[in-house]
This record gives sequence, structure tokens and C-alpha cells, in this order.
Amino acid sequence: MADKNGFFDLSKTALTRRTALKGLAAGAGLAVAPGFVRYSQAQSSAPIKIGFQSHRTGIGAAYGRWYEKTTAAAVKAINAAGGINGRQVEVIIEDDGTDPGRGAEVVGKFATQHKTDIVFGTLFSHVVIGSAPAAGENKMPYFVVSEGHHVASTKLNRYVFQPGITDVKSQIQSMAPWIAANAGKKVTQIFPDFAFGYDHRDYLPPALKAQGAEVIAQIAIPPTESSFTKYFPQIPPETEVIYHVMVGPAVLTFVKELGEFYGSNRPQLFGFIDSLEATDINSPGLEFLDGSHFWEGSPRYAQADDSEAQKAYRAAVGIDDNGAAVGDPKDVSTAAHMFGCWETLYVVKKAMEDAGYKGPEDRAKLVEATEALTAFAEGPEHPQGAKTFNGKIHQCFGIQNISKVEGGKLKVVHKTKIEDGLYEAEGDYTKQAL
Amino acid sequence: MHFGPHLLLAALEGLVTSAVLALTALGLSLVFGVMRVVNVAHGEFFMLGAVLAWAITAAIGGHPALGFLAALVIAPLIVGAIALVAERLVLRRLNYNPEATIVATIGMLYIIQQLALSFYGPEARPVEPPFSYRILLPWFGYSGYKLSIIAASALLLIATWLVLTRTRIGLIMRATQYDSETAQAFGIPVGRVYGGVFALGAMLAAIAAVLIVPISQAHYLMGQDPLLLSFIVVIIGGLGSLRGTVVAAVLIGLSDGIISMFFSPTLAKIIATLLVAMVLVFRPQGLFGTTSR
Repeated sequence: MADKNGFFDLSKTALTRRTALKGLAAGAGLAVAPGFVRYSQAQSSAPIKIGFQSHRTGIGAAYGRWYEKTTAAAVKAINAAGGINGRQVEVIIEDDGTDPGRGAEVVGKFATQHKTDIVFGTLFSHVVIGSAPAAGENKMPYFVVSEGHHVASTKLNRYVFQPGITDVKSQIQSMAPWIAANAGKKVTQIFPDFAFGYDHRDYLPPALKAQGAEVIAQIAIPPTESSFTKYFPQIPPETEVIYHVMVGPAVLTFVKELGEFYGSNRPQLFGFIDSLEATDINSPGLEFLDGSHFWEGSPRYAQADDSEAQKAYRAAVGIDDNGAAVGDPKDVSTAAHMFGCWETLYVVKKAMEDAGYKGPEDRAKLVEATEALTAFAEGPEHPQGAKTFNGKIHQCFGIQNISKVEGGKLKVVHKTKIEDGLYEAEGDYTKQAL
Repeated sequence: MHFGPHLLLAALEGLVTSAVLALTALGLSLVFGVMRVVNVAHGEFFMLGAVLAWAITAAIGGHPALGFLAALVIAPLIVGAIALVAERLVLRRLNYNPEATIVATIGMLYIIQQLALSFYGPEARPVEPPFSYRILLPWFGYSGYKLSIIAASALLLIATWLVLTRTRIGLIMRATQYDSETAQAFGIPVGRVYGGVFALGAMLAAIAAVLIVPISQAHYLMGQDPLLLSFIVVIIGGLGSLRGTVVAAVLIGLSDGIISMFFSPTLAKIIATLLVAMVLVFRPQGLFGTTSR
């Protein structure tokens, strides 16, 4: 499993993993001969190395695990179909501890020690912001799956891309009309007191104002907080909607304490599923959420109108109709975000093929080829839906789902359009030197 | 919300924090008082208690109270056994040298934490409270279970105090704390007392964790905050002083609840830490501590 340096080699482990086997019948022949991939490709070239900056420990660990599973499934599918430019893809994982300082070190390690072709896969916004300068200094293309607005804000640098998941500013803008029309006009926001929360703090008020609604209170909560009742008196009594975005392990407590505080006489709730990723919606204490609404990037529960591509993607990653691991209903996935890993890898594949990418000396060409992309069609490579891509701000824009908690499941009740989430670019990365 | 109800809610929240903190800090205080070992891994024993509580309630099923009561008995026993093994295998071999044991317990912290991550996983998992009664006040609702934590903690603290002051075991422990060499000369098996105290300290943390886990969740990183707060409480209250620990826990818990509700949680932490600095400067033995020998 691990090579002599102690690194996880996904090209080998993925093939021996039982769950992954089910996903891809075509790969069955490869699976019985783990050495096959290596030797057959050795004649043409060495594998393309993708450095995966994973939240294996720290507060992002539940996300990290599912990001790894999704990545393994995508890499397996890409390799089974012939790899990128005829070369197999190898993923090298380093744990960043969900910590910005270690994140930057990990990027440096990928650049100097592993000599990977790109770095990929980061979720937590503070880690992305902490790691981006290291990616720029090492001229290392850095593809994040973070959903924060930091990439699109053009405050990072030319080597950072987010082509697989829509950013928060766009998500908020596209959903604000629905919130104002269906949930209520007086909104109190509860958000984590760091970068990801600030995106919500900064972009929700103007988005709601444009719809004739308003944010009447904003409550920032430290990300390490473990008890929330003490914040609830700050919620004004005239609040019609509580808009909540929480991350970290204490979110169950948050919902439970909100339930104890309000009982059945509660305002409407609109939340980002980030609050409950990797958490069973039927956990004790969460009955309080029944009838409330959530944003989902990609729906956790299989929907009646799922596309064939969506079904194939779910099977390949190994999640069942409830969004939990096949064979372990308690192991709930981070479905609303992890599709971004799958889609980002296919964007990397497309860009590398466009650039005729050969190795690290072509990294600048890869950056330009990625910037030249404009749209991704819905299909097996983009199962969440169609997207447009703005090369100037390195950000993609897709549809968003608003789901209602009903009978212990999340049912999609509204899908936004791509146009709903488009905004004026705040800058232009392509003007920066490579 | 008006000032009165607001203050009441703040005080209730603060008391729940105090109740759990008092138990956790008492464990830390006992271990330092008797053994002169600064147990940096104390928070991890707390975490183990919560994780085991989840495992036990999940294994038993049935009515939530059944699993919870079983966890309240079994989890601390397992944690105590683990602590005893750690004490025999590690601390004893270092002859309880103060510097060496700090480094050793830091190592234990990481080993326990990473084992929990490997075998239990990164998710936060909930444990159902034994009963879920919501007390409806005119201004807000409050969890009945939270109030019961305060009562349970008070009972446990009184029991610990009785053991320490009224029993032979308590006498032996106090003798060892006062002067371990003389105690040994009088035939007290100091090595066994050390093992027992270390296990007892870990068990107190585990009990606190089992009590809190139905309102919090079991998570492999949950030991960090209790460790920091316990150190604050123990330093303010005086190492090895039961009374000091309880008073300091109530002080820190209430001020945390009230300050963080009316001002900000960060300010509450700043004030608590400032208090520690003041105590260390002006009364290094703590509010109720006696000068160490």
C-alpha cells in the first residue's frame, strides 16, 4: 500500500480496494493485476503526478476522507480510459492537518520533493489562502475544491484555480431570490468566524437587499466553539429566517441547542449543508431540522430525476441512494462538495490535453490552457451539471440546489440557473506574469 | 431578550461548563498534587471517555438511558485501566521525573489522539441523552438534561471529597501527597498509590466526558479545550486543592458563560488567561493552595 517513503500510492491502492471494484466493471481486468498499470505504461512515459493536499487530520478530516475516495474513483476511471495524454495518473497524498501553515509546507514539499505536476484537492478556505503563496512561488498549478470566494476575488495568484465547484459569492447570489420569496425577508446570519464565514457575511446582505429583504443581525462564532446557547439571545425576536453556515465537529450541538432554545416555535431555517456534511440527517436531536431548507452543491440523496451521469458517478464513488458509503449506512458522505474533486480532475485532464502537457516544464502552458477553457457540458465528466468557466478569475459557475428536509431525507425543491450566479469580475489573473 | 432572562441563561450555561470543568480539573489536580506529574494527556482521557460512551451506547441500543448508564459505569473503568497501563509502562519507568513525564505525556496525547482517529474516525458522533426533557421558561427553552449534569457533577464532587477526607484510601493519598518519602517509610505502597491516583484522575475526566457527550459529541479532537481550561482552573485554584479546584471551576465557568454572552467569547478567554497570569505573579501557589515543599 505505502511505498518506501511512506506515501500512499493511489494508482495501486484504488485497484485493490473492494468498494472501488464495484464501481467500474471495465476495470476488473486491471484489478486482478495491480502491477499491470505500471509496466504497460513504462514504455511511453512515467505517470503524471498529482499532489493531493488532503485534510486527513484536523477539523476537516471527515471531508478529507471523502475527497480521497472521490479522487481515487475519478483517477481510476481516468486511468481505465487511457489516462491523460496516454500517461497514467498517480496521486500522492500529503496530510495538511487542515492547517494553513502546514498547507504551505505541503505545497512546498510537492514542488521540491515529490516534484508533482500539479497540486490539487484543498477544501478549507484558510488552508487555501495560506497555501496559495507557496503555489505561486513554486510556479505550481494549484487546483482547489474549496467553494470560497478567495480564488475568484483575484486576491490570490495566477497559479490558483477553482474549476470544479462554484464559489460562495455566486451561490449566495443565485439563491437569495428564493430565500427572499419563500423563507422570509428579515434574516439573521450565523456563520463561522474565519474566511469561509466572511464570504457569507460580506455577500449575503447585498444579495438579499437586491431582492427587497434584509440581514438584521450577523453572529460570528469561533470555529472551535463547542456550545452555542449563549449566542442565541443575540438573535432578534423579529427574525423570520435564520441563515446558518457552520463547519466543524460541533454542528450537531448547534442544531440541538437551537432546537432546545426555540422548541416548535422557530423561525424558518436556511442553512448550508456544510453544517451537516458527513452527518446523518436522522441523528438524534436533528428532528428540529424537519421542514427546513439547505443549500447543496450536489444532492446527497438520490433524486427522482437524476441523470445517467449522476447515477454512474455515485456508483463509481461508492455511495448509495442515501448518500452513505455502500455497505455502511452510517458512513455518510460529503456529497455536496466532493463531486468537485471528480470534476476538477477532468478539467485538469482537458487542460493538460489542450496544452500538450509533457511535464513540469509545461506548467505555464497548463495555466494558459486552463484559462482558455470556457464551459463544461453536463455528462460523465461533470455529473453535477453544466458549468461555465471564467479564465480571468479562474472560477467556474454552475447550478445550485435548494433541498428541503422531508421524512428524514433531503429533497431538491429548487435548482438555480447558471446565469443567476454570474457577477462582475473583480480582477484579471491573466494580466499577472507567469 | 431582556437583561434578567439573558443573565439567567448566561448563568445556566456557565454552571454547566463549571460542572464539567470541575470534574475534569479535579482529575488533573489530583494527579499533580499526589504524583507531581503534569499530565498533558489528561484531555485525551476525557476524549476517550466520550468516544467509549458512543461505542457503548451504540453497542447496547434499546432505551437511551440504558446505554447511557452502562457508559457511565463502563467507560470510566476502561479509561482507568488504560491510564493504569500507561502509568506502569511509561511514567513509572521514568521515575516520575517532572520534566521527563511532561514530554512522555505529550507523547501519550498524540498516540491516544491518533489511535482514536484511526479506529474511531474523524466524524463527530452523537450520543442520545438518557432523557430529553425541555424545560420551558417564559423567555426561552432549556435542556433538562443540562441541569441534571450540574446535579450529577455536584454529587460526584461530594463523593470524591468524602473519599479523600473520610476513608483510609484518602488518608493514604493525602499522606503520599504531603511527603511521599516519609509515607513510604511508614509502609505506604507509594508505587501502587501513584498507579491508583493516575487511574482515578483519568476516570474523573472520563466521567465528565460521558456526562457532556449527549449535549456535545464524541470527536477525536475534543480533548484540547478541556485540557487548557483544566490547567487554568488548577493554576487558579491551587494544585492539589479540591476546594480550590471547585471554586476556580465555578469562577471560570460562570465568567466564561456571562462574559461570552454579553461581550465576546474571545474576551472571556483573554480574561481567564489574564487571571492565570495574575495568580502566578501574586499568589503562585493558587488561591487555595499551600506552598509546595
